[in-house]
Amino acid sequence: MKELMLGNKAIARGLYEAGCSVVSSYPGTPSTEITEEAAFYNEIYCEWAPNEKVALEVAHGATLGGVRAACAMKHVGLNVAADPLFTISYQGLNAGLVIFVADDPGMHSSQNEQDSRHYAIAAKVPMLEPSDSEEARVFTKKAYEISEKFNTPVFVKMCTRVAHSQSVVSLEDRVLKNKVKYVKDPTKVMMTKNSRDAHVRVENRTVEITEYADNSDINKLEKADSRIGIITSSTSYQYTKEIFGDRVNILKLGMIYPLPDKLLMDFAKDLDTIIVIEELDPIIETYCRSKGLSVYGKDIFPVCGEFTQNLIKECLSKKLPEALPKDMILPVGNKLDEAIPMRPPVMCAGCPHRGVFYTLKKLNCMVYGDIGCYTLGAVAPLNSMDLNVCMGASCSGLHGFNLAMGEEGEKHSVGVIGDSTFIHSGMTGITDISYNMTNSTVIILDNSITGMTGHQQNPTTGKNLRGEPAGKVDLEALCKALGYRRVTVVDPYDLNALEEVIKTELDADEPSIIISRRPCVMIKGTVHNPPIKPNTDKCVGCKMCMKIGCPAISVQDGKVVIDNTLCVGCNVCAKMCKVGALGE
Amino acid sequence: MATKNIMIVGVGGQGTLLASKLLGAVLLDMGYDVKVSEVHGMSQRGGSVVTYVRFGEKVYSPIIDKGEADIILSFELLEAARWLEYLKDGGQMIINTQKMEPMPVIIGDAKYPENITAKLEEKGAKVDALDFLKIANEAGSSKAVNIALMGRLSNYFKEIPDEVWDRVMEKTVPAKFLDLNKKAFLAGKKA
Repeated sequence: MKELMLGNKAIARGLYEAGCSVVSSYPGTPSTEITEEAAFYNEIYCEWAPNEKVALEVAHGATLGGVRAACAMKHVGLNVAADPLFTISYQGLNAGLVIFVADDPGMHSSQNEQDSRHYAIAAKVPMLEPSDSEEARVFTKKAYEISEKFNTPVFVKMCTRVAHSQSVVSLEDRVLKNKVKYVKDPTKVMMTKNSRDAHVRVENRTVEITEYADNSDINKLEKADSRIGIITSSTSYQYTKEIFGDRVNILKLGMIYPLPDKLLMDFAKDLDTIIVIEELDPIIETYCRSKGLSVYGKDIFPVCGEFTQNLIKECLSKKLPEALPKDMILPVGNKLDEAIPMRPPVMCAGCPHRGVFYTLKKLNCMVYGDIGCYTLGAVAPLNSMDLNVCMGASCSGLHGFNLAMGEEGEKHSVGVIGDSTFIHSGMTGITDISYNMTNSTVIILDNSITGMTGHQQNPTTGKNLRGEPAGKVDLEALCKALGYRRVTVVDPYDLNALEEVIKTELDADEPSIIISRRPCVMIKGTVHNPPIKPNTDKCVGCKMCMKIGCPAISVQDGKVVIDNTLCVGCNVCAKMCKVGALGE
Repeated sequence: MATKNIMIVGVGGQGTLLASKLLGAVLLDMGYDVKVSEVHGMSQRGGSVVTYVRFGEKVYSPIIDKGEADIILSFELLEAARWLEYLKDGGQMIINTQKMEPMPVIIGDAKYPENITAKLEEKGAKVDALDFLKIANEAGSSKAVNIALMGRLSNYFKEIPDEVWDRVMEKTVPAKFLDLNKKAFLAGKKA
């Protein structure tokens, strides 16, 4: 049986077939669907953890308990999970553990373009890299075999184009392994001699896995009648095949760490020209050079951004034209003669974050942002976010800013952080504020969901991944317990109250938390008001209502127009209107 | 056969993903190798979105590059202009003439270009442009605009029988919306 599947869905299928029993993850584009799709199999327990570090520890714990487990995260999530990662690599497992990490070359939905392969090298954890959905399924199962054979966690590295492309997948049955009995083992405590012994074991393991890589069918050699050879992996392999077909020798690496020494040398033996085609950093290239191989790589292709078949053709035609097939054409498209207006993503009509950013702009605040839908508070016309770094930095970064700025900062700056992000990494930051006492003000944008990644439940929503009733964190009580006397809840649709609360808390001579609470309008079942009906007789065309940047509002022929298909009747625009043309 | 390239472009939230899912399933049903590449995440929030659909005997790359698309199916007028660069010389554009102003236009930083379809034709594109929003509305719901567009697209695949589209719609679309969508599909096809 064959099915068209997203790479991420194919991984979920692979998890099912491999007999995986526990998946714990934190959502993050482009990795989210791995866990969501796995949850459709009743045989696999799936959960959203508060963050990636917790998720990895949960998955590892499950393998100690004797079942196959997994966790999935985006590339920056692996930074959060790095702490357990390095020691789990030493400690070993009781059943297979696979970590899925999804890079985002081109930064379609990310704040940086880091290359996760560095983590495989640094933590000495083998890493597989599928190039399409079928490989995503097959490599997932292979990863469990390697994990258990060598007693190591195994990475499966995805990228946006593999994670979010559909291709044809074959289906096989689920094979469930027997649960492995837990036996207490004093060498598992990672201290002194145990850790030293474990490190030696890890180094020996890497030598063994290198030999495995030399002989495994996970790395594939494609021979051709040519003196040119290309070493590549992942989606770059697909672009290579698109350009060259069967006309060059190709070493397609399915395992990116450790690299197969003997295979690389054998491949290089009879070739005049070797080209390494890999996105982001020169990992394979550097390794080849360290082995004395002369290869082309980042001297031809860029480090930054995502590859395409045309980009590879263009780079080769500039720097190494003799390598390209003679009949190759480089298509160029037509363009209109005028500039096309950009269409950047915008906050949805009725988004509860809009009022907060409008008010912060009005009050001329320095806004330390965070990671989520509300990062869109940075775009025109709101333009009211100053910066963002990573999850949680809005709280701790603000504290540092205020240490340097003193009262001038404290009275004019806020951190803004979503509910899910707050649980992920904000709690420790606000604890630093209350403990070390800057008069900082943090606004928790509580929209009762994890928005940007597509509406996942989180510990503040009272529902689990499957939407069933679950434990619920009480944000007010939590903030009070973390040392805050000033915790105020406000409805962001009420612009007057919101402005009053923000002014009062900025003025206060102690740390404050403001919880701006209103569910995301896109949550299924949220009841909307009827769309605003503008009174065009009253409208004077002043465009005050357009200052909030709502996509449902436009002005045509000097009068306001509301798009009924978008408007949810939040009434925030009505509060902007000075002449009552929008109903208030 | 050589690989064929179809791009589905529009504005986040317009239902382009369901359209590409339907098209992918139809092509798989026809026995082709198929790859579909989507955009998820931040770009979906009202931004410009694109889905690539490639099919043939054996498809490698999941993406379509500049000057490579045989057909561009655009859910919105300005988006057709934006993605023209990806169309092959003399390629086909199917366009929903519905206009959705992007934020730079709404706030007065940019102008929505005029006479887009004529300008596209001047640049050598074959253009099949209609108000598919109106067509979907007349068929029963503005939400079926994606299916009305798929109906139009089906005119360009003479080798795919109507039964295949029907069969795949029955599998892809929720049962309670099936009649509406079949109606919208036909309305788009025949308009």
